[in-house]
Amino acid sequence: MAQTGTANRPLSPHLQIWKWGAHMFVSILHRVTGNGLALVGLALLVWWLGALASGPEAYATFSGHASSWYGMVVLIGITWAAFTHMTSGLRHFVLDIGAGYELGINRTWSILSPLIAIALTAAFWALLLN
Amino acid sequence: MGNGTSIGRVRGLGSAGHGTHHWLVQRFTAVGNLLLLIWLGASLLLLPNLGYQTVVEWIARPIPATAMALLIISSFWHARLGMQVMIEDYVHGANRVAALIALNLVAFAGAAFGLFCVIRLALGGA
Repeated sequence: MAQTGTANRPLSPHLQIWKWGAHMFVSILHRVTGNGLALVGLALLVWWLGALASGPEAYATFSGHASSWYGMVVLIGITWAAFTHMTSGLRHFVLDIGAGYELGINRTWSILSPLIAIALTAAFWALLLN
Repeated sequence: MGNGTSIGRVRGLGSAGHGTHHWLVQRFTAVGNLLLLIWLGASLLLLPNLGYQTVVEWIARPIPATAMALLIISSFWHARLGMQVMIEDYVHGANRVAALIALNLVAFAGAAFGLFCVIRLALGGA
């Protein structure tokens, strides 16, 4: 961060200074899930398509890993990240038009966004596995 | 932040000279991702199974192949823009330049590979 040699300039306050609130949590979650999806989610998407395009043996290898316990952990994690990024992204669309900044409303949707995402993840996997 | 010159304010491009382009494209691709991921999720749920034959026959059809190609473009573009913001926040100096170059290479390579796979499946090469 601070370049040594540029004297003791004050730094802007960061995470450890602020009292925690739901809006901070959902904002950090948005960045973490977004970058997680970019790194892991897109890699899996490309692996899946590559396996399909490479033939049945490659697809069997992919399916073997995907249906193992660690594969399920990753896939459920990725769907959770996708739904979380989706709901907090929808929250961002509302904030983008200048709405939802009132303290109570902002707090309500900051708490609801990740909870709705968990419900959607559970619903998706319940439908997929039955 | 200064007020800038009159012509600068009219152009509205800011000090980086790009205006709101990055921000807007991040939103446009977000809408694309939203629609296309709903399509992908619904499609996976509606397929009778996720076996090789079923998925290949599904994805080779014109509309699924087109939607998947669009999903690849939209999601890799969105990821490239989003990761750029993270890198600019946390990585500094020469490492930042290296990280941004790597990001662009990986984003284009991944998207190109995904598109090639969809085209191969759609044109019956696999």
